[in-house]
Amino acid sequence: MERILLKNIDNPESHRLKEYERVGGYSSLRKVLEQMSPQDVIEEVKTSGLRGRGGAGFPTGMKWEFASRDPKFPKYLICNADEGEPGTFKDRPILERNPHLLIEGMVISAYALKAEIGYIYLRGEYPYAKTVLEEAIREAYEAGYLGDNILGRGVRFHLSVHQGAGAYICGEETALIESIEGKRGQPRIKPPFPVNVGAWGMPTVVNNVETLANVPYIVEIGGEEYKKIGSPECPGPKLYSVSCCVKRPGVYELPMGTTLREIIYEHAGGIRDGRQLKAVIPGGISTPVLTPDRIDCPMDFVSLPKYGSMLGSGAVMVLDDSVCMVKVTWRAMRFFEHESCGKCTPCREGTGWLRNILERLEGGMGRPGDIELLQDVAKSIQGKTFCPLGDGAASVVLSFVRNFPEEFEFHIKEKRCMVGEG
Amino acid sequence: MEAFLREVQEVVKRYPQKRAAILPALYLAEQRFGWLSQEAYEAVAEALNMPKATVKGVATFYSMYRKAPMGRNLIQLCTNVACMVMGAETLLQLLERRYGLRPGGTTEDGRFSLVVMECIGACDRAPAMLVNKDFHPNLNENNIIEILEGYS
Ligand SMILES: Cc1cc2nc3c(=O)[nH]c(=O)nc-3n(C[C@H](O)[C@H](O)[C@H](O)COP(=O)(O)O)c2cc1C
Ligand code: FES
Repeated sequence: MERILLKNIDNPESHRLKEYERVGGYSSLRKVLEQMSPQDVIEEVKTSGLRGRGGAGFPTGMKWEFASRDPKFPKYLICNADEGEPGTFKDRPILERNPHLLIEGMVISAYALKAEIGYIYLRGEYPYAKTVLEEAIREAYEAGYLGDNILGRGVRFHLSVHQGAGAYICGEETALIESIEGKRGQPRIKPPFPVNVGAWGMPTVVNNVETLANVPYIVEIGGEEYKKIGSPECPGPKLYSVSCCVKRPGVYELPMGTTLREIIYEHAGGIRDGRQLKAVIPGGISTPVLTPDRIDCPMDFVSLPKYGSMLGSGAVMVLDDSVCMVKVTWRAMRFFEHESCGKCTPCREGTGWLRNILERLEGGMGRPGDIELLQDVAKSIQGKTFCPLGDGAASVVLSFVRNFPEEFEFHIKEKRCMVGEG
Repeated sequence: MEAFLREVQEVVKRYPQKRAAILPALYLAEQRFGWLSQEAYEAVAEALNMPKATVKGVATFYSMYRKAPMGRNLIQLCTNVACMVMGAETLLQLLERRYGLRPGGTTEDGRFSLVVMECIGACDRAPAMLVNKDFHPNLNENNIIEILEGYS
């Protein structure tokens, strides 16, 4: 497949406006402003079948329709560049190497939504991306792609970067909005949804970087043509970030629905050091782990649930037979405990208890009954938390225990790891 | 102080409400005061005309703000799953042996502080760290020391 989102990124100047224009950049924005009404753009995106790439896979055109139907003004457009899900680094090449694609996508989206102010919520861990984005925004203002009279068409859109400061939960859209408003990043109850009551109480669309980066291409070739790429139920190109025990880790742009097997063995070069595949976390640390017999699963939003997991952010973490599953579960839980925002009790307390039990298992001090205890605590979190962070934490424990019970039992009985140095 | 106030006023313009400028203003205060001291909180509170407690309440939620004085160079080493699988733990041990540096600590000479990070989005080039604002991927026991020796 030709690259769409990562087009031209091997060119060292790909982040500059001139280079982006040279390969056809901003022609979709021209087309939109010259030939399309805001509603036309929304219809085109609906036709395309584009689904949000931030994790939940919500249909983008529908989200825009909801926000655009709300009579309240002003409306806001926010790009979610928090990219905090461990294992995920797919938005990074767009932010660092193709920032104008994102900006063009945002201006088109803002036009469709009649939003005049936008923010890119960028994680604090990406200081280089901040420099690149701010320079790209400056270039776009200078060239008339941003500002009070975009391309002389009387369209207004102002864009700036809002830098986060190391809180995973701020990737959740309502916590993100709180954070933009200058508050502690704790999620809000839904409904109302941000499309109606978002930033400063106004209709707000929050979309992931990759989602917005698809928009110029949809405008360019039309929704009908776009729909032919990838899976019928979730079309388009998809960025998969592949890490851990493969020969060629990296970001791969492939048609949505490419199988895990193809991603791991053809694109990422297979398992390193002649080792055996043991487990795959298919969509970032919050998604349930899969065993090797499940890797013929197409990587899209509808197929993964049938195989017992989720697409999440498309972050494929490949673990070989040298890796201890108890240790991975423990480290994942340390993450969830650290990142729980503290608002609701099951998540705040439960993640701490789970980490505690996992730590003693890992440290060779596990007790009989600890596996049941893990499951019991996880089930007391699942479905009982304010936002999906707690569910993610619970499902990680439950899936690792279910798929690798012998490793947990070995830790309790033998007081050490089944694998390696442990 | 004048310059700080001007910078904060510039940032405020981007938002419909002043309060939204707290996060960026905290970053500006960190640059000016080195860390978020009482003085720094007061400066932000005054610039945004808000109670100091509000500003502090926000700052303490976010792990990347410097809530204590730090060494001249801040090492932010990732130890999340991909970096752990690729050997981040041996790097932690090495930093302790070589510099007496532990997570959350600072060397006696004030040269380095170390903070352990959750995923910093570089799992394909793990293990990875940030030193101040510089990104360093593909670390191992040899190159990490070489890299750190470049910071005085
Ligand atoms: C705990 C948590 C963390 C999240 N982190 C991110 C993130 O880093 N980036 C992102 O785009 N979406 C993240 N999301 C999903 C957002 O809430 C939201 O669904 C998404 O930004 C919507 O954009 P999309 O429709 O384009 O996918 C997270 C959700 C949860 C519950
Ligand atoms: S786990 Fe270290 S960068 Fe992702």
